[in-house]
Amino acid sequence: MGLSAFTSRPSAAISGALGLSLALAACGGGSSSTDAPAAGGAPAGSSECAEYEAYGDLAGKTVTIYTGIVTPEDTPHIDSYKPFEKCTGATIKYEADKAFEAQILVRAKAGNPPDIAFIPQPGLLKQLVATGKVVKAPEQVSKNTDEFFGEDLKGYGTVDGTFYAAPLGANLKSLVWYSPAEFEEKGIEIPKTLDELKAVSDKLAEGDRKPWCAGIASGEATGWVITDWMEDMMLRLSGPDTYDKWVNHEIPFDGPESAAALDEVGSFMKNEKYFNGGYGNIKSIAATTFQDGGLPILDGACSLHRQASFYASNWPEGTQVTEDGDVFAFYLPGKTEDEKPVLGGGEFVAAFNDRPEVAAFQAYLASDTWANNKAKASPLGGWVSANKGLDAANLVSPIDQLAAETFQDEAAVFRFDGSDQMPAAIGSGAFWKQATAWITGASTAETVEKIEKAWPK
Amino acid sequence: MTSTVVPVTTTPAVVPPEGLTGRARNTLSRPWASAAALVLAVLWTLPTFGLAVSSIRPARDTRTSGWWTFFTSPDATLDNYRAVFSDQGGGLGNSFLNSFVITIPSVVIPMVLAALAAYALAWIDFRGRNLLFVAIFALQIVPIQVTLLPLLKLYVGAGLAGNFATLWISHATFALPLAIFLLHNFMREIPKELIEAARMDGAGHVQIFFQVLMPLLTPALAAFGIFQFLWVWNDLLVALTFAGSEVRPLTVDIANLAGTRGSALHLLSAGAFVSIIVPVTVFLCLQRFFVRGLLAGGLKG
Amino acid sequence: MTTVEKLVQMALVLLGFAAVVGVIVLLAGRVKGRKGDRTVAMVFLLPTVIVLLIGLVYPAVRTIYQSFFDAAGSSFLGLGNYATIFTNSDQLVVLRNTVAWVVITPFVATAVGLLYAILVDKARLESLAKALIFLPMAISFVGASIIWKLIYEYRPEQGGVNQVGLLNQLLVMVGGTPQQWLLNEPWNNLFLIVIMIWIQAGFAMTILSAAIKAIPEDIVEAARLDGVGAIGMFRFVTVPSIRPALIVVLTTIGIATLKVFDIVRTLTGGNFGTSVVANEFYTQSLQTDNQGLGAALAVLLFLLVVPVVVYNVRQLRASEA
Repeated sequence: MGLSAFTSRPSAAISGALGLSLALAACGGGSSSTDAPAAGGAPAGSSECAEYEAYGDLAGKTVTIYTGIVTPEDTPHIDSYKPFEKCTGATIKYEADKAFEAQILVRAKAGNPPDIAFIPQPGLLKQLVATGKVVKAPEQVSKNTDEFFGEDLKGYGTVDGTFYAAPLGANLKSLVWYSPAEFEEKGIEIPKTLDELKAVSDKLAEGDRKPWCAGIASGEATGWVITDWMEDMMLRLSGPDTYDKWVNHEIPFDGPESAAALDEVGSFMKNEKYFNGGYGNIKSIAATTFQDGGLPILDGACSLHRQASFYASNWPEGTQVTEDGDVFAFYLPGKTEDEKPVLGGGEFVAAFNDRPEVAAFQAYLASDTWANNKAKASPLGGWVSANKGLDAANLVSPIDQLAAETFQDEAAVFRFDGSDQMPAAIGSGAFWKQATAWITGASTAETVEKIEKAWPK
Repeated sequence: MTSTVVPVTTTPAVVPPEGLTGRARNTLSRPWASAAALVLAVLWTLPTFGLAVSSIRPARDTRTSGWWTFFTSPDATLDNYRAVFSDQGGGLGNSFLNSFVITIPSVVIPMVLAALAAYALAWIDFRGRNLLFVAIFALQIVPIQVTLLPLLKLYVGAGLAGNFATLWISHATFALPLAIFLLHNFMREIPKELIEAARMDGAGHVQIFFQVLMPLLTPALAAFGIFQFLWVWNDLLVALTFAGSEVRPLTVDIANLAGTRGSALHLLSAGAFVSIIVPVTVFLCLQRFFVRGLLAGGLKG
Repeated sequence: MTTVEKLVQMALVLLGFAAVVGVIVLLAGRVKGRKGDRTVAMVFLLPTVIVLLIGLVYPAVRTIYQSFFDAAGSSFLGLGNYATIFTNSDQLVVLRNTVAWVVITPFVATAVGLLYAILVDKARLESLAKALIFLPMAISFVGASIIWKLIYEYRPEQGGVNQVGLLNQLLVMVGGTPQQWLLNEPWNNLFLIVIMIWIQAGFAMTILSAAIKAIPEDIVEAARLDGVGAIGMFRFVTVPSIRPALIVVLTTIGIATLKVFDIVRTLTGGNFGTSVVANEFYTQSLQTDNQGLGAALAVLLFLLVVPVVVYNVRQLRASEA
């Protein structure tokens, strides 16, 4: 018979391979969800569960989370849920993949969303809210946000007046990485203003060196590094209020403020005397991955790299990321010493249904308890939150401590990453694309014009 | 795959050493032809070889020097492979299994459906047959992405979301147009005389299909089977959209190896090699089968 | 789900499917005669047609409909999206690139596949030789992108800096300066197209190799007796005899090329003037969430395949004549 003739031949190969996979599966075991068993109820009256009593008894309940945070950063997250699971009896199922941003939209639209998702951009939050599947943030979450995050941050999780998502983790973007040893050796002080930064750059450029290095390649997101630069400059040159107008399209993208910000970036990035240390010409910025961007500092081939706090995890194993170690970062200075605009990013916790256990978990994530648990669960550092209840002493890495202190600084004026707030057509589209074209030769005027044109009506 | 008449004899059509291939052998015995083939083979394999070497080099080395330097200053490590196997919460074994469970039905189902459909389109005369064939053939161009949302909505509505079933159905659907196109062509190459003879003996379509066609087509089916196996095994997009976390195949786990913000090239190299093992094994085992497979026009029985 | 549960599921679905097919076939076997022909045809085609209608036709029609609306699908734009595609200068570059891909890849891949198939036909180690050319097909697009990244990588000519990409290393060894292969327009497109050729040549080779083996000996003999040389054999015997296979190969590779976006997306993100329609479509549908424009780009893909379809239809008619 035709069919049997077919199955006999490949069966040997397939069964052999199947056997191999079975052996591997036997060695593997378990899925990628947390294995914490839903031990029935909280240990009665134990003090370590006192904080969790408010969440009630959630024995046997499951909450599914979906995020874009994959290995290895996912482990500290999963670990930070264990106290909650133990004390309330709930099970948290953690799922993540790199295609999160596209998939969450598809899943929401198709009616198959997770219980909770970590949204990395306010713009994406807006899109999700538009699908109608996101539920309003519960009362407790709102209270926690007011207490631990403040109005500005709460605003980023609000769409059309309704509050949906509390902030989760954060990263500080206004940082310049440098080599403490080099600065000490050359007698250079940390610059306190933009002009001082330029002076330091000139000093380091002596001897035909290129003191700055950068990389913007990031697959389909190539160009985002330049958007961060531009947002930092926009904040410093025109101030936070104008920044807000710019992000909300109350002033045009090809207006004078915007062009000035991009030109300021150009005075660094397009300056052949400054870039691209260790990699070659200006164009090489576009070909170098952002992960590789700052590495030449370790080889002495460059001295300065502007990048967010999460870059800490990119240094090779064994690098001392401390104030007197191999690399550290200083705050990207403002125009004057008193101004302290701070650009940052982060994720927001959105829920797609309002079951009690989901609401409880959402509240937990917005609390200081979670922030501190997370800090303790991140032995390698590389994480920080803008949560005011976060005790910086719990943070392992000095960079994270620097970031936390900066966030909690009274003088700091915090603004969320601009491209993350803009509509997707710009923030994850034209802005990236045109910025990339800009670094490979397009003029500032052309670039801002094209972006303005792409802004959805 | 020619349109010539095959002598309906019982002598097995073993290709005699002379003829075109004899000519080819003569040319091959000439050094330049062998050299040309060798050059092509080396050119084609070199890139992959580079990946293999990269997967056993330490991460820092991969970033700062080319893989060929490995031979002048070897510094091998199994760290990358270790990381690939240990990183995942449940071990790569799970996704390996998932990949199999997803792939096998996704190969068998479209193959059978396509064989039936291709037969009908090739050998049963009915009105609108050509139009139907062209329509099915044209469906090859529909990009998978436009089907993701409508299909997902359907699955959610049917309560299937996150299960293997979504992947089986999706992969079968996407494979059908090409499968029918390929099999239809092979079926057309089978000489009419064979079919006529069977028809005159009173055989119905079903009998003709199983007793005349299938034996001749088995190799062709295996050939399509390999392509489909490769395609489903290496698929990422369909799995991402339809697979729940429990049924995730190998490709998703390996793609995630790149890290949240990363492009951990050293890990991805190792991961890519882990993933290649099975398709290459399948291909090599079925190679002979494969080649003979497409000879529909030249063999009998 | 445990391992056993998964395997059981798989076994069940295979058995269930076999049962369904068995029933279909049984029913078809009962029917005889002329009228029976149509019934059998219907029965054989029904499962396929149903699956295709739901899984491909409905989404395709929905896409065409969506292409006339805006990003969220709410307001009617008429031909607005199409206007955007054809008037935006960046998009015109995308079109140019797509045409280049579709014209170059099938022909070069087929040529390489055919040449190689002829060269190794009946040689010793033929299977191994063919496996080497086929290997790129077995590697996922992710793997292929990494492989070629290691070839095209650029490092400046500086003291203490080594080349990481093979191509630049070779260039430096013969005294040239390293190039940013993937950045320099418009040639970067060619370097990306090479990758697709590298992958598809194996497909072409496999199918054409079998087709060559199926050429009947009497024709070849006759030609040889007429004193035809190697080139003549190729032109007058080989190519005409494998024409159907050539068409299948060219068509399939052409369509696959129209749809592929992974290569562009992973290596350049579509920047530096390398984007193709399939990549733009992916960006608009799944990244920017502009459903209208994404749909219009998909329709463009549908239209670009029409010449291929027409050609195949002609071949079909001709072979039936």
